[in-house]
Amino acid sequence: MSEPMLKVEQLEAWYGESHVLHGVGLEIAEGEVVTLLGRNGAGKTTTLKSIMGIVGRRAGSVTFEGKETITRTSDAIARAGIALCPEERGIFASLDVEENLLLPPQVRPGGLSVEQIFELFPNLRERLHSQGTKLSGGEQQMLAIGRILRTGARLLLLDEPTEGLAPVIIQQIGKTIRMLKTRGFTILLVEQNFRFAQTVADRYYVMEHGRIIDHMANADIEANVGKLHEYLGV
Amino acid sequence: MFEIFGIPSNALFSQLLIGLINGSFYALLSLGLAVIFGMLNIINFSHGAQYMMGAFVAYLLLQYSGLNYWWALIVAPILVGLTGVLIERLLLQWLYKLDHLYGLLLTFGLALIIEGVFRNYFGASGLPYQVPDALRGGTNLGFMFLPNYRAWVIFISLVVCFGTWFVIERTKLGSNLRAATENPTLVRAFGINVPRMITLTYGFGVALAALAGVMAAPIYNVSPQMGADLIIVVFAVVVIGGMGSIMGAIVTGFGLGVVEGLTKVFFPEASNTVIFVIMAIVLLIRPAGLFGRGT
Repeated sequence: MSEPMLKVEQLEAWYGESHVLHGVGLEIAEGEVVTLLGRNGAGKTTTLKSIMGIVGRRAGSVTFEGKETITRTSDAIARAGIALCPEERGIFASLDVEENLLLPPQVRPGGLSVEQIFELFPNLRERLHSQGTKLSGGEQQMLAIGRILRTGARLLLLDEPTEGLAPVIIQQIGKTIRMLKTRGFTILLVEQNFRFAQTVADRYYVMEHGRIIDHMANADIEANVGKLHEYLGV
Repeated sequence: MFEIFGIPSNALFSQLLIGLINGSFYALLSLGLAVIFGMLNIINFSHGAQYMMGAFVAYLLLQYSGLNYWWALIVAPILVGLTGVLIERLLLQWLYKLDHLYGLLLTFGLALIIEGVFRNYFGASGLPYQVPDALRGGTNLGFMFLPNYRAWVIFISLVVCFGTWFVIERTKLGSNLRAATENPTLVRAFGINVPRMITLTYGFGVALAALAGVMAAPIYNVSPQMGADLIIVVFAVVVIGGMGSIMGAIVTGFGLGVVEGLTKVFFPEASNTVIFVIMAIVLLIRPAGLFGRGT
């Protein structure tokens, strides 16, 4: 296996006094879609935030395309080519849809054009001048994903993109992730819903109490359903 | 000459004019405060001192380097804005995670120091600053006499206020600013250098105060106390308009200047307190201010 695009080793993270991540390690090769599974509070979101550099304090090693990023600030990490779609979506109320879409600056060439984003999410085109937070939950999620596709970032961190959405929109987001994969994007996805993850992911890491406790390929998932149910408590 | 509600029209119009002039300064100053508060979450109590510094820089430029009013309009905001950048980098940046009170105390202390230093070197009596030649005299509008310099102040204040509003509400730079006001962590994680934006925002807010100071120099005397007298009213204006609201700062700035002017005509005894009475009423009815997005 060639050098992974993202390599996380012995990652520790803290929020104030509470120690949230305990030596997390994972690797993602270029072009892969990898899913982090785990219960609420297992440390999945914190792992994404730590990779992005927006937790209170972190230690260990996060190398992206061979370069150490653990000491960099989040804006430098973003400019290296990583983009985050946060769990709470982060749509700005004081910006309209167009401004939200154009907010993240282009960090590299090769992002999608605005026209291509509208082809993926036609709803956004119709709501272009609505206030960002007036959109429906599904439209807000499309906007949150759409705006990071423009930037040219090659590694996308998607935090529970299907949470609380209707099945038809979940399908649309699944289709989008598969399309992004064919275009060569690398994706680290956080999900609670492994049935959804199964339709898009190549591999899985399972987290519990701030640690990676298991790892499996998509092909093995049916054989491990019992174990996964136990991990996820469903 | 005619009368309105038993008041001679020229008395009414001249108080209206004074109201608009004061309103111009209220608007410029509360705009700077609003921009700073929105982005830094700091109540900039040294705003009055920075306004005074603008006037003094204009005075000193004229005295010692022969640079006239027109130069001062450009040079003073830049110089004073740079001192703002320095203050932000050295002091304010450490306070963002703390309670508002710390920023307020620090900037209040700075204001006292700055005013003390100027009083030490220039005395408290005030120094004259001439109206620039091109703006001497006035125009007779038929119903009143309009001094050219005062018309100029109102005009420039309107241009600067609405220019600032336009940049913040209608441009890409402004959308970055608004987004960073809402969620600085996420905006930074998109690759935007938010700390630099914050520094420049403070510098800009301070430069606005200095610009107001230059414009005030020919109208009021240049004195170390000039900012302290004005800033109390300006804070009332900001509270009425709503902390952090750009349009609120502009509209209430001009509006309250006019209200104050009219009060001088109809009920002079109340003219010094009317703004504070309005503030109390607004706080009772709409605690977030007239234009505030209540939190």
